[in-house]
Amino acid sequence: MPKDPSIQSVLIIGSGPIIIGQACEFDYSGSQASRSLREEGIRVTLINDNPATIMTDPVTADKVYLLPLTVESIVQVLEEQEIDAVLPTMGGQTALNLAIEAGKQGVWEKYNIRLIGVDLNAIELTENREAFRQHMIDIGLSVAPSRIANSFLEGKEAAQEIGFPLVIRPSYTLGGTGGGFVHREEQFDAALRRGLSMSPTHEVLVEKAVLGWKEFELELLRDSKDNVVIICTVENLDPMGIHTGDSITVAPAMTLSDTAYQQMRDEAILAMRSLGNFAGGCNIQFAIDPETEKLIVIEINPRVSRSSALASKATGYPIAKIAAKLAIGYSLDELKNQITKTTSAYFEPTLDYVIVKMPRWDFEKFQGSDHQLGLQMKSVGEVMAIGRTFMEALQKACQSLENNRMGLGADMKEWIRTADILERLEKPSEDRIFRVKDALRLGVPEKTIHKLTRIDPWFIRQIKTLVKMEQRLMRYNVPEDIEEGFFRELKEAGYSDAQIAWLMRVEEQEVARQRKKMGIRRTYKMVDTCAAEFEAQTPYFYSTFDKENESIPTDKKKIIVLGSGPNRIGQGIEFDYCCVHGLIAIKEAGYESIMINCNPETVSTDFDMADKLYFEPVFWEHLEEVLELEKPEGVIVQLGGQTALKLAQRLHEQGYKIIGTDFPSMDLAEDRGAFSNLLKEMDIPYPDYGVARDADEALAVARRTGYPVLVRPSYVLGGQRMRIVINDAELERHVLSIFKHLPGNRVLIDHFLERAKEAEIDAICDGDEVHIMGIMEHIEPAGIHSGDSSAVLPTYSLSVEAVNTMVEYTEKLAKALNIKGLINIQFAIKDNKVYVIEANPRASRTTPFIAKAYQVPYLNIATKVMMGTHKLKDFDIKPRPGGFAIKVPVFSFEKFPNVDKNLGPEMKSTGEAIRYIRDLSDPFFRELDRQRYMYLTR
Amino acid sequence: MSEPQQAPAVLLLEDGTVFHGKSAGMIGAATGEICFNTGMTGYQEIFTDPSYYGQLMVTTNVHIGNYGTKRTEAESYSIKIAGLICKNFNIEYHRPMADMSIQAYFEEEKLVGICEVDTRAIVRHIRSKGAMNGIISSETTDLAVLKKRLSQVPGMEGLELASRVSTKEPYTFGDPHAPLRVAVLDFGIKQNILNCFAERGCFMKVFPARTPIEELRAFEPNGYFLSNGPGDPAPMDYAIQTAKAILAEDKPLFGICLGHQLLAQALDIPTYKMHHGHRGINHPVKNLLTGHCEITTQNHGFGVHPDAIKDNADKVEVTHINLNDNSIEGMRVKGKRAFSVQYHPEASPGPHDARYLFDDFVRLMQN
Repeated sequence: MPKDPSIQSVLIIGSGPIIIGQACEFDYSGSQASRSLREEGIRVTLINDNPATIMTDPVTADKVYLLPLTVESIVQVLEEQEIDAVLPTMGGQTALNLAIEAGKQGVWEKYNIRLIGVDLNAIELTENREAFRQHMIDIGLSVAPSRIANSFLEGKEAAQEIGFPLVIRPSYTLGGTGGGFVHREEQFDAALRRGLSMSPTHEVLVEKAVLGWKEFELELLRDSKDNVVIICTVENLDPMGIHTGDSITVAPAMTLSDTAYQQMRDEAILAMRSLGNFAGGCNIQFAIDPETEKLIVIEINPRVSRSSALASKATGYPIAKIAAKLAIGYSLDELKNQITKTTSAYFEPTLDYVIVKMPRWDFEKFQGSDHQLGLQMKSVGEVMAIGRTFMEALQKACQSLENNRMGLGADMKEWIRTADILERLEKPSEDRIFRVKDALRLGVPEKTIHKLTRIDPWFIRQIKTLVKMEQRLMRYNVPEDIEEGFFRELKEAGYSDAQIAWLMRVEEQEVARQRKKMGIRRTYKMVDTCAAEFEAQTPYFYSTFDKENESIPTDKKKIIVLGSGPNRIGQGIEFDYCCVHGLIAIKEAGYESIMINCNPETVSTDFDMADKLYFEPVFWEHLEEVLELEKPEGVIVQLGGQTALKLAQRLHEQGYKIIGTDFPSMDLAEDRGAFSNLLKEMDIPYPDYGVARDADEALAVARRTGYPVLVRPSYVLGGQRMRIVINDAELERHVLSIFKHLPGNRVLIDHFLERAKEAEIDAICDGDEVHIMGIMEHIEPAGIHSGDSSAVLPTYSLSVEAVNTMVEYTEKLAKALNIKGLINIQFAIKDNKVYVIEANPRASRTTPFIAKAYQVPYLNIATKVMMGTHKLKDFDIKPRPGGFAIKVPVFSFEKFPNVDKNLGPEMKSTGEAIRYIRDLSDPFFRELDRQRYMYLTR
Repeated sequence: MSEPQQAPAVLLLEDGTVFHGKSAGMIGAATGEICFNTGMTGYQEIFTDPSYYGQLMVTTNVHIGNYGTKRTEAESYSIKIAGLICKNFNIEYHRPMADMSIQAYFEEEKLVGICEVDTRAIVRHIRSKGAMNGIISSETTDLAVLKKRLSQVPGMEGLELASRVSTKEPYTFGDPHAPLRVAVLDFGIKQNILNCFAERGCFMKVFPARTPIEELRAFEPNGYFLSNGPGDPAPMDYAIQTAKAILAEDKPLFGICLGHQLLAQALDIPTYKMHHGHRGINHPVKNLLTGHCEITTQNHGFGVHPDAIKDNADKVEVTHINLNDNSIEGMRVKGKRAFSVQYHPEASPGPHDARYLFDDFVRLMQN
C-alpha cells in the first residue's frame, strides 16, 4: 500500500526525561522517525519536555513543544496545530501511556486524530500479564507456568501452586520495576508486598522461574499488509534471571541452531500477527531450555523499544525510520534498503561480524544500593562494539566502557581470591564477565563456572581461549620477540596494546611501536546489512585486523568529533545533542565530518548523521589508528563531555591538532592548582582549597581552610565520591575510603561555602569576543551537585551587581584561558560576593538547555567558532527569552529502594526536564523554591 | 580461534588471487566453483545440501561450528560442498543435543577447509568479479602446483552434476497408506523436501535422475516433483525430456530450484548463468498472485531468463519475483497444473515463510 495521502501532519510523542530503563534510545528513534516523515513531505510536531534531546531541536521537527507529557499539554498542541495523526510508538512506555490516557479521556476522538503505528488493544494485551499469558496459550505458544495475584492471599496461594524458585512481576511497570526472583519461601512475603505496591493496578504475576535458560530477543517489523521480517536476533550472554537491559548481549545469535532459531522465528511472527493490526516495530523475548531446546515466550513489546536502537546499530537497518514509513501506509516491499539504496527494505539483515553490547552501571553514585543484578534494570547506559570474532567484540566492548579497563582483564584490575570470585559468579553484579575470566585464569573448571553462572559453555570456552593466549604471551620477554602470526592473533582477539604491555610488563608505546613495525594495523569494514552481498552506500565502519581495508579516505578536509562514550550519571544525552550539532556545523563549513563513538543509543552515531562514522571505542589506540588513516585537520573534543576531553592531552602530545581551545589552556582550567593561581593573579575570589596525597595532609588542609570542607578525588565525573564533611573524624574516614577505592589518586579539599547561592554561566569565546549564552541560578543552595539542582534561566534573585560580576569574571577567564569555543563556569555567591568554583572548557550539561530555552543554535555557532571559520560577530544572535526556563532534575530512585536519596555533591539524577514559567508567581516555581532546603529528604 | 598446531592453508582463485589462512577439517586439497552463503544459522544444512555439490563455500557468518553438528539436521547423508572457506572455525562447540564437533564431522566426511581468511574481502571479490573456480589446499601451499591443478577443474557452465548426487536406486519415503502419491525425480534432493511432503500426507517414490517417464508412471502418482540439485540445467536433456512428458500428461507438477529451471527448459525458456548467484536465507520474494512477501532460502547460480519468460507469456505466468533484483522466482504453466519456484520453500536452513507452496501442490493433487 502506498503512502496514505490523508496524513499531512503528524504529532510524535517523546519519552520525557531520561530514567533508568528509558534512555536516549528514544531520542534516537523519535529523531529518526521525524526525519523519515519529513522526507515524505509530512509536517512533524514533536512534544517532549527533555531539553537535552535532538528530537526537540528545530533541525529535527517543524514544530516543537517542550511541554510536560500530560494530557493537558496534548490538548494544547492539538488546539494550536492542525494534526492528522499521532505516532506514539517512538517514545517508549511513557509515550504509549500518555496516548492511552488521552484516548481514555476522548482527546483523540474529539480532535479527530488517528493513532498510527500502534494498536492500543495490542498494547493493553501485552501489558496485562494474565491476558497476555492466556493469549499466548490460545495461539499455541508456550509460556512459563504462572498465576496472577491481586492480593497478598492470592499471591501466597500462587506460590504454593508454582513452587520455588519463582518470579514476581508487577503489571504495568517499566524496566522490571518492583519485580524480582524469590528463591526461598522466607523471602516471599516481602517480595510479594513490594511487587503489589509497585504495580499501579495492585497486580502481580507469580511465575515459575526458568533460571539458567538461554535468553533471546527478536526485533521484528510488520507492515499493513502483514508482511513481517526479523531485523535482528540478539542472544543474551547472561541467561534468564538478569534483565535484558542489564545483560551482555551478542548478535548474531552464537549458540542457536537453525532448527531452534526457525522455531523461534515462526513463533515470533505468529505472535506478532496475532496482536491486533498495526504497522511498525515489535520486540519479542524468548527463553530456551538448553537441554531440550524447548521454547517459551517471555514478553512482547509491540512498539519501538530499547533494543530497537541497538538492533538498528547492530545491523545497519534503521528500524525507527522504516517503522515511521510503515505507519503512514507504506508496505515494506515498496521501500528501499536505506543502506544499499538499491535492494528492498523487505529483507532480513545478515551480519558478517559480531556485536557485543555491554551495559554501563553507576552503582558508585547510589550508595547503599544492591549491586546484584536481577529482574530490574539497573544500568544507566550501554556500549556496543563490533569485531570479526566474538572475542574481539567482547574486548572492544570492555575498552568502550570507560571504566579504566583496557579490555577483558589483563590490565592490573584482576581479582585473585578464588572465594571472592566464585561468590561474584553466583551473585551477578556489574563485573561478572571479568570475574569469569579471573576464575578461568585461576584454574576454576569451566563446568563450575557454568554451574554458577549458567552462561553457555561456548562463551566460557571463548574466554578460556583468551586465558590460554595470555599464558602463551607471558612466555615472551619483549614485544620484539613475539612472532607476527601470534601478534596478529592477539590483536584479532581484541587485545589492546595496553593489555599486551601489562602482561609483558613493558610500556604501551613499545608494544604499539613493534606492532606498527610489523604492519599490524587496524583495517576498517563496513556495516552494510547484507554481509557484502550488495554494494552499500553508507560510510559506517568498525575496525578489525582483517586483510582488506574498506575505508578509503577522501581528499576532502576532515574534522573528527569525539563522542562521549556510554551514558552515565553526569554525562549523557546532552553530549549527543552537542555532537549532532557539531557534525552539522562541520558540514556547513565545508569539511567532511567524521564521528567516533561507541554508544548505540545516540543520534550522532546514526548512519546518515556524519559523512563518515567509525563505531569505535573512545579509546586512545582506536582513535590513533583512525587519525593515522584519515589525517584530519583536527579533532573536536569539546562536544563529547569529559570522555573526549580526557583524550586531549594525548592528542596534543602526539602532535594532533585540537580544534578550538588548545590543550594547555584546557589543562589550565582542569588543573586545580594552576587554575587557582590564575584566579589569584586575576583577583577573582575562590573558596580556599588544598590538595592532599594522604590523610595527614588532608587534615592539615582542612585545618587551614576551616570546616565544613568539600572532599573529592581529582579527575572524576559527576562528583563521584564527593562529600561535605564537618570534622576531622569524618574527613579522615572519607579520605581513607577514597584512597582505598581510587589508589594513587589525589584528594581535593575545598572550603565549603555554607548556604551560598549557586549559579553558572555558559559562554562562547572566539578569542576576541565573549558571548554569554545564559546565566542560570540554582534554586537549591550550594552543596548540591549542579546536575541535581534546579537551574533557572535567567537568574531570578541574584543582585544586578552579582550578575555583572559573574559576567565580568567569565569574560576575563575566557580570554585568560584562551578559550576558542565553549566554556562553562560555576559560581557560588555568598553575602553578595561572587566566588568561582570551577571552569569547564567544553560544552556543558546545560548548553542544550540554553539553546532550547533561547531558541538559538548555540552549538552550531560554537563549533564554527572552534573551527575558526567564523567569528562571533558573523552571527546575529537573538535569544528569545520569555519569562524563565527551569531545568528540573529527574531521578530513578525507584530502581534502588534502599539507597540514600539525600542529595549532595555527588550527582544522582539520571535526566532532566524543562519547564517554562511566565513569572515567579508560578505555582510550579513556588513549590520548587519552597522545597529548596528539603533536598536532604527528597 | 586457532589451535597452535593448525596447518597453514591457502586459497587460490582462478584469476590468481591468493588468500592465506589455516586449515579447517581434513588436511588435503579441494577444488570447485567458489560461492558464498550469507545465512547466519544452519551451516550443517548448507554443507549437506546436494545443490552445493562441487562448490567451495564461503560462509559470511564469522563463527562456524559453535553448536556442533547433529546427524538429524543433515540435508543428505553426507557433506556435499567441495570445501569450506570461513573466518572462525570453532572446533569447540556446545549444544547438549549435538553429536559431534564440526572438526570431527569434517574429518569423518573427509572435507577440506580453510579458515582465518578475510571472508568479507573474498565475498567482495566475487561480488565484483563473479563466480569462478578456486582451490583450497592445506597439503601444499606451493602456488605453482595448485595453479596447475586448478586449471584442470571444469567450469560450472555446461556442467551436468545432478546425476552424480542423485540416488542410484529408487526408494520410497513416507507412509505407504498416505492418501497421495508423489513421484519424485531426484537431482540432488534435500531431505526436508521429502519431510514436507510426508507431513502433508504424501507417500513418495524417489527416482534416480535419469529414470524414464514410464517408470515414474508405473508408480501411479497423483503428482510429480522435480527436485533441486547442482550444476547447469541446460545440458540435462534427459531431465528436460522427462519434464516435457510430465507436462503432456497434465498431472500436477511442482519444481524447486533446478526443478524450476528444468521446467522452464521443458517449455523452451532458456536459463542463464548468473554473475554470482543467490545464496542465503534472507532473500525477499514477492508473490504476485497474493501480493504477500516472503523471506526465502536461496541457493542457485543459474536462473530462468526474464526476457524469454516475457516472450512466452502465452505459455507461462510469472508468479514470484525477487524484490532485490527483480529476477524470476516462480512461475506457473498456463492451462496446466504445473508450477515451480527458484527458491527453497522447504527451507532448512532458513525461514518457513514459503511452506504454503507444498500445501498448494497437495491441493492440486487432491482436486
